[in-house]
Amino acid sequence: MAAGKTHDFHILPPSPWPIVGSVSAILMTTGFVFWWHDEAWGKWVAMLGVLGVLFTMFSWWTDVRNEANAGFHTPVVQLHHRYGMLLFIASEVMFFVAWFWAFFNAALYPPAGEAVGGTWPPKGIEPLDPFVYPLLNTLILLLSGTTITWAHHALIHGDRKGLKQGLWLTIGLGVLFTALQAYEYAHAEFGFSGNIYGATFFMATGFHGFHVIVGTIFLAVCLWRAYLGDFTPRQHFGFEAAAWYWHFVDVVWLFLFLSIYIWGSDFGRAAAPYFG
Amino acid sequence: MATTFDAHTEAAHAPHDDTHRLSFAERWLFSTNHKDIGTLYLIFAVVAGVVGGVLSGFMRWELAEPGMQVLPWFTQGNIDQAYHLWNVFITAHGLIMVFFMVMPALIGGFANWFVPIMIGAPDMAFPRMNNISFWLTVAGFVLLCLSMFVPGPPGGNGAGTGWTVYPPLSTSGHPGPAVDLAIFSLHLAGAGSILGAINFITTIFNMRAPGMTLHRMPLFAWSILVTAFLLLLSLPVLAGAITMLLTDRNFGTTFFDPAGGGDPLLYQHLFWFFGHPEVYIMILPAFGIISHIVSTFSRKPVFGYLAMAYAMVAIGFVGFIVWAHHMFTSGLSVNTKMYFTAATMIIAVPTGIKIFSWIATMWGGSLRFPTPMLWAVGFIFMFTIGGVTGVLLANGGLDTYMHDTYYVVAHFHYVLSLGATFAIFAGFYYWFGKMTGREYNEFLGKVHFWLFFVGTNLIFFPMHFLGQQGMPRRYPDYPEAMAGWNEVASWGYVVTAAGMVVFFLNVAASLLAGRRAAANPWGEGATTLEWTLSSPPPFHQFETLPDFTRRAPAH
Repeated sequence: MAAGKTHDFHILPPSPWPIVGSVSAILMTTGFVFWWHDEAWGKWVAMLGVLGVLFTMFSWWTDVRNEANAGFHTPVVQLHHRYGMLLFIASEVMFFVAWFWAFFNAALYPPAGEAVGGTWPPKGIEPLDPFVYPLLNTLILLLSGTTITWAHHALIHGDRKGLKQGLWLTIGLGVLFTALQAYEYAHAEFGFSGNIYGATFFMATGFHGFHVIVGTIFLAVCLWRAYLGDFTPRQHFGFEAAAWYWHFVDVVWLFLFLSIYIWGSDFGRAAAPYFG
Repeated sequence: MATTFDAHTEAAHAPHDDTHRLSFAERWLFSTNHKDIGTLYLIFAVVAGVVGGVLSGFMRWELAEPGMQVLPWFTQGNIDQAYHLWNVFITAHGLIMVFFMVMPALIGGFANWFVPIMIGAPDMAFPRMNNISFWLTVAGFVLLCLSMFVPGPPGGNGAGTGWTVYPPLSTSGHPGPAVDLAIFSLHLAGAGSILGAINFITTIFNMRAPGMTLHRMPLFAWSILVTAFLLLLSLPVLAGAITMLLTDRNFGTTFFDPAGGGDPLLYQHLFWFFGHPEVYIMILPAFGIISHIVSTFSRKPVFGYLAMAYAMVAIGFVGFIVWAHHMFTSGLSVNTKMYFTAATMIIAVPTGIKIFSWIATMWGGSLRFPTPMLWAVGFIFMFTIGGVTGVLLANGGLDTYMHDTYYVVAHFHYVLSLGATFAIFAGFYYWFGKMTGREYNEFLGKVHFWLFFVGTNLIFFPMHFLGQQGMPRRYPDYPEAMAGWNEVASWGYVVTAAGMVVFFLNVAASLLAGRRAAANPWGEGATTLEWTLSSPPPFHQFETLPDFTRRAPAH
């Protein structure tokens, strides 16, 4: 063994962010718990924790970006990142399995009691019409899948202008999707609490919406980095990870659309009419 | 502990040693070194194990004779609150031992230390993420400890839900913040474990040294690969389930409340879809460690290497499709019970492959019985007993009779306390010299083993009888007729605790005055790569990767 390493792996210096992030996580969760239990201080501790978590993310990923630009991300390290992102998405898929499980548990075997009445959608619940805004949102997300691919191809072919245009469009479509979801939530005829329909609907689509927002922020960071001159046609893992994540939220939506919106509203027959 | 690790700054043969350039905070709080993080995990597991072990001490003390005599001391004589305190103790004991003792020791500790070394890698794939896995585990432990001191059910402190956190006890039964803190404790520890799983899978797939093919890779690395996949795919489902608990508790959703069309059984399905893989998460790394130790002290390669590796893959896969055997008395249909009975018993096949292959490894071997081998053979013996009672409990019909009795408690403590924990001690003694650079005391190690072996068997073997007499789990009191075996079990705790005193004496004496450990104290039976490095290894090993393209590594 000579004075230095002869391999291509990334040996990192010590970093304060893991422990800062974990302490922030304690503050965030403890704060939320006591906020929910009507302790006045809980809110402030939760806010402090959230700020700490966001600060950790910003600082940590700033370090990662600087390491990438400094050339530490050799081909094998980039392969690590690909594996890591794919495995993370796999774990996210299993997280959504839990929400789909809750939905199908109720919708395939609607309980006979008063709350549901043995049918799905439950008696007295008017679901959203799947073929108005949800269908529009499906088209928006599918379109955004093509615009992110446009941006990717532009990046690979050294077309920086196309990269930025594709990203701007994708982010815009993401924001539009979120805005339409917010509009629909505000106009839903059923509530979040008190009935299993609202619980499964809002938690499944709500976690999806949260992932859309996270994915939009991820794409916005890529756009910002594109303006800073990051990414080369050969090395742009941050962009690829954002694109993979975006496709993942797209696919989750397709399953939500087919099962909860279309099948769960008896193909729209049980839905509240939007027009007339 | 710090003095021991300074030992290798003195060791002139450790090349390129830059530990002296790190401050204490940089080395132990901000670490990006897999061996230091492994050490932190091991120290944490010991601390959490002591907390969980003290809790079980109070439980055995209370159960030593019928009536309520110990727990009321903590509740100013209030019997109802003493009953609740019992529930808090069993909950904390279970969660601590599973999430904060066994998993941190086996996966965080030993796997962090030895998986990179065994595959010829200089560190983990994501060294910085490795550290947040550790600190999130600590954060989870902090929240769980906190939960014991804040209101749970009306008039009482702490979460008394059991480690399974079933509703409605965990929802309407515990209006206070204790259960919310316990739930977030699982969220944080779970997030740490998922990140750790991503790290191990990436490390094992991408960082094997040239020529270290998957089919040449040591079995401990195989066991961690399978374990990491189980963590990655099962923990997010638990996260979803306990998030539903949170919204049911705080925001009026009705996932588990039949009044709003919800279903308490949904929680049980989601929990055990995680919970059953979780038991293999705790035992597969133990299998890996035992394979190495049995091979080393038989001075033979492990029998049936590929079958051993793929048996673990099979156990991991089938482990995902047997979960409802934990729910046989919840009203499942007969057909469902038939499927889960059959699927569960199939797991005995790959598990049998492992047990018989360990025996075949010893067969005709040049056997030696230093402390790690005692623990390993003890593991095989005790885990087999726990496995056989498991085959019995797998039967939906029999389980209707056995469910929630001490027979079940005996079963899972034979596979965990006498299985996973024996493997932890086996690995601890096997690698103590490698990790610290000091030799442990062989005599004290053997005394520890025999006291622990006798003690734990005294605790848990009589529980089979108590269970068959119908003594239910999770009760702090019982009829006079069950007093005899309960007293035996409580004396067993005293013996076990004496064994642990010997353990700590041994650790302290060895760290302070133990002999310097050689690179390979175990001789030619110890063939994996950690024995080619100094004891302790240099701060960064394999700065030039080992090359196995021309000579195969031993496994």
